Amino acid sequence: MRNLIIQGWRPALVLIVLFAGWELSTVVFNIEKWFLPPPSDIITVGVTEWTDYNQHVFATLKLIVIGFVIGSASGVGIAIALHLVPFLRQSMYPLIILSQNIPIIVLAPLLVGWFGFGMFPKLIVITLVCFFPIAISLLSGFQQADRDLSHYMQMAGATKRQIFRKLEWPNALPSLFSGLKISATYSVMGAVISEWLGANNGLGVYMTLASSSFRPDRIFVAIFIIVAISLLFFLLIVWLEKRVIHWQTAEKRDSHDTP
Amino acid sequence: MTHLDVKHIQQSFGDQHVLDDIQFSVDEGEFVSILGPSGSGKSTLFRLIGGIETPTSGDIHLNGRSITGKPGSVSYTPQSPSLFPWRTVLENVLLGQEIQGEKDYDKALDMIERAGLASYEHAYPHELSGGMKQRASFIRSILSPQSLILLDEPFSALDEFTRIDMQQWLLSMWENHKRTIVFVTHNIEEAMFLSDRVIILSHRPATIQSTFDIPFSRPRHEDLLLSQDFLTLKKDIYHDMRQSHT
Repeated sequence: MRNLIIQGWRPALVLIVLFAGWELSTVVFNIEKWFLPPPSDIITVGVTEWTDYNQHVFATLKLIVIGFVIGSASGVGIAIALHLVPFLRQSMYPLIILSQNIPIIVLAPLLVGWFGFGMFPKLIVITLVCFFPIAISLLSGFQQADRDLSHYMQMAGATKRQIFRKLEWPNALPSLFSGLKISATYSVMGAVISEWLGANNGLGVYMTLASSSFRPDRIFVAIFIIVAISLLFFLLIVWLEKRVIHWQTAEKRDSHDTP
Repeated sequence: MTHLDVKHIQQSFGDQHVLDDIQFSVDEGEFVSILGPSGSGKSTLFRLIGGIETPTSGDIHLNGRSITGKPGSVSYTPQSPSLFPWRTVLENVLLGQEIQGEKDYDKALDMIERAGLASYEHAYPHELSGGMKQRASFIRSILSPQSLILLDEPFSALDEFTRIDMQQWLLSMWENHKRTIVFVTHNIEEAMFLSDRVIILSHRPATIQSTFDIPFSRPRHEDLLLSQDFLTLKKDIYHDMRQSHT
């Protein structure tokens, strides 16, 4: 906790100054509320209208979590398959890179056209943005296993499966988590974008409605909530990482002690 | 009884000739050092004996059976202690057994204790000093089911006194557990102090330049390092190696 205060006061101060400046300038320059509402208004709207829009928040949260789970599972699956089967790696790698060059914004309406307004097309969008960072970083994690350790395993007569489970997989865990962190934030964006293009509820829908009825305060409420969800999600992954990769956090602590 | 028999090994990578007609044998329970300049192909020789590379020609036998290109017959300790960072000391020393089958926790704990690593069995490698890591990785080798141990310059990263302590510790472990050890080093003193026999490799392509029997009685003590006989023999080996180097 003390650590949090010591390290966190600078970014906290920046945020406070930013919001104070925003609040002040709406007063000083007499900015209309429909043009740019002050933060205090946004917070008021966010609190008082919570019962009206909370269904959208929960719909999006559900979408993010399911999409993220499917997306990361496919990322892990693809990385393992590509790592263990050299033929797959050589033939599929370009396709995987290519998949990231498809503009999601263009793809999403097509998916809605094919699969309707349900969850399925949205999950495809989230999976598509989620799997990539995980697959790529995990794959490089597998391949960066220490040469000495790998020679040791081979000479000891380890099977390919043992080398994977006892060396390459644990060695790739830090890479997996850096992929997961990126994907966690991507999945939030992916969910909102997919809802934007056609859904019955969700923060994307809420934003579209707010924007067509000229309610910038509600748009900002949605933005704040999206930022908060991303941040929480990211912190959750960081927390998980610390629990899983105990040997590395300790190593970092050691190197801090000796300057 | 001949344990390891290396027969006329040749190894080339493309037009690079690394090993040329390497031929030697190691008896059961013998401690043999391979001494050679850096880049003389010592590590290549180990990868061949370890079976993860196949020689261009020649054959390697262990207990009379060919192990050429067949991994799993030796226990290897690389230059770095090569403990797995995500495993505790106990899990690390059991790895060799784990790969081959049954794990013997009691024996492992006993060895850890006798190696002076008691209370460290659940520590992670980053919490250990260099010498402790080397001891853990050597326990891993002793615990492994394989009877032939290959050590690849295990003490090169340690300071002088830690190295001498580790060498004496290694000798005591070897005397107690009677394994066959092939030890690679570029340090003449280290090779002499530890071994029954020292095989000297020449520069590339590596051939066996000469073999020295080390007659000093065992158990050996630190004082030996400064005795007249030791220094005389060291001089002979030094001149022998110097010749091929120029």
